[in-house]
Amino acid sequence: MLDIIVTNLPALQVVVPLVAAPVCAMLGRGDRSWAFATLVSFLTFAISVSLFVAAYGGEPISYEMGGWAPPIGIEYRIDVLNAFVLMIVSGIAALVMPYARRSVASEIPAERQAFFYTAFLLCLTGLLGVTITGDAFNVFVFLEISSLSTYALVASGAWRNKRALTAAYNYLIMGTVGATFFVIGIGMLYMITGTLNMADLAVRIAEHGDSRTLRMGFVFIFIGIGLKLAMFPLHLWLPNAYSFAPSAVTSFIAATATKVAVYVLLRFMFTVFGFDYAFQASTLENVLLPVAIVAMFAASLVAIFQDDLKRMLAYSSIAQIGYMLLGLAFLTHTGLVATIVHLFNHAVTKGALFMVAGCFVLSAGTSSISSLRGVGRDMPWTTAAFVAGGLSLIGLPLTVGFISKWYLVQASLELGWWPVALLIMGSSLLAVIYVWRVVEAAYLQPAPEGVIRREAPLSMLVPAWILVGLSIWFGIDASLTTTAASRAADTLIGSSQILWQE
Amino acid sequence: MPDIVLDLDFALGHYNYWMFVILMMTGLYVTVSRGNLIKKIVGLNLFQTSVFMLYISMGKIIGGTAPILTGDPDTVYSNPLPHVLILTAIVVGIATTALALALVIRISETLGTVEEDDILKMEHEMDFGVRKPGGGSR
Repeated sequence: MLDIIVTNLPALQVVVPLVAAPVCAMLGRGDRSWAFATLVSFLTFAISVSLFVAAYGGEPISYEMGGWAPPIGIEYRIDVLNAFVLMIVSGIAALVMPYARRSVASEIPAERQAFFYTAFLLCLTGLLGVTITGDAFNVFVFLEISSLSTYALVASGAWRNKRALTAAYNYLIMGTVGATFFVIGIGMLYMITGTLNMADLAVRIAEHGDSRTLRMGFVFIFIGIGLKLAMFPLHLWLPNAYSFAPSAVTSFIAATATKVAVYVLLRFMFTVFGFDYAFQASTLENVLLPVAIVAMFAASLVAIFQDDLKRMLAYSSIAQIGYMLLGLAFLTHTGLVATIVHLFNHAVTKGALFMVAGCFVLSAGTSSISSLRGVGRDMPWTTAAFVAGGLSLIGLPLTVGFISKWYLVQASLELGWWPVALLIMGSSLLAVIYVWRVVEAAYLQPAPEGVIRREAPLSMLVPAWILVGLSIWFGIDASLTTTAASRAADTLIGSSQILWQE
Repeated sequence: MPDIVLDLDFALGHYNYWMFVILMMTGLYVTVSRGNLIKKIVGLNLFQTSVFMLYISMGKIIGGTAPILTGDPDTVYSNPLPHVLILTAIVVGIATTALALALVIRISETLGTVEEDDILKMEHEMDFGVRKPGGGSR
């Protein structure tokens, strides 16, 4: 029995939350569905940890879905990189679920909560599926499962603020355009190679060499994923979606959805497209590098002028995605390590910060910064968590944010791109400004008269503090995350057919 | 033969691909340019449908029949895989349309309009009703 479970772990990773979702809908109102969904999220986390341990040794795990051998059947392929991302996604889900109970209870009517948790589990299924699969078309299907449930989750913020509906609608339009671009790209790859398995695609594309169809496919996939991951000029859906979604949803999707999209970009960029180093290097250097740098600055600048905490953090997310793309644009081993390590670091940091924002929403009823005056005295633990998370966002030493920036600066200096290194530090200064605005309001300004704000309940504080704790722990001793990221970068480089500059 | 400017056979032979391009661009344009939320969904549907056409075109082989075993070794079959893929994509498209329409219904119930301009105006008022002037929301 145990043998069967162990050999089928890769399938169970996706199937468990998928099957749990309709069951959750049938459990009826309130706490029962919550308890069930929480249990499922713990279970998926346990599965991803065991997959990570198995993949960490080096050899990728290949699982044949339904017993059909790849490249004809759908293959689930787990190497260090996607095991790492799987762990991020399911780990954040396992922390968000305990947090969600009180937060969701205050934001969504009791009779709709079962559907909320159902959508949440479907979203988790989609994100895990995108990460685990080794089949290009399967990526699209899971991407749409996660996106469609995310639209519904964002729209469920409408009970708090009706603008969530238009936010979800706009996200749906842009997300669908992105997914359709992606599927056109896949179609073009299929046209020239006749296969959909990623490893097989890589081999056949390398044999095929350069062609216009291939380049068009590359561009379609690049833009499609760019829309999904809120790459700078394509980020317009993100601020509204993040600010109006229920707090638990925001902390979940901010920490996972864009990270998974970055993973897909990495996978396609390096494992699948290995046809021409010069073309790829010039795309990265001339398109991705400027876009990443503009994102770092423009989004941080906009964040400074926001009145709403959640919206401010949303713009900061766009800037942080800029850092991830920057690491990718270097096209070196260190740059890739920076990107992969920042996937984890940003997930932990932003997850914690959005959880804190949710605590403020619960007790103050709003997340506008002006309503947070003097909140440091009323809610000391919540505000302290914000400060710790904010320091990590800035990139102060002893936080995970520092580790990411350290690798980014190192990667840019390796190439001798010292202006880029200066820009990385300059954009961190902008983060100081927007984090400071909140800290100033919370600690230095007097509380308005007659406002009672109680400290957030433990069920919400503990997950937030676990994430803050992780962001400090891995800031002090980053050996686990950086080793994992380094191995993941090695597998990416090893699997790609392009020649690497050392 | 670099002196050939327009290869008519090539252009006509790829008729369905031209239609794919035209449909795709029309759909994308409608999605982006229309202010009516329902019309945006119509555009999105056109856009998605064009992709179905792309996939089905590439599975087609001239003279090929449906991939059902006939027993005749000379039968040419169309590639069934793109068809299957596109069945999945159609399901995704239906789900997307259903969700989008559900959202539009909720929007029209709560805001009383499905015109983007009116919605933007309302949201602008909501912003400045709640926030201080100059707060900037977009």
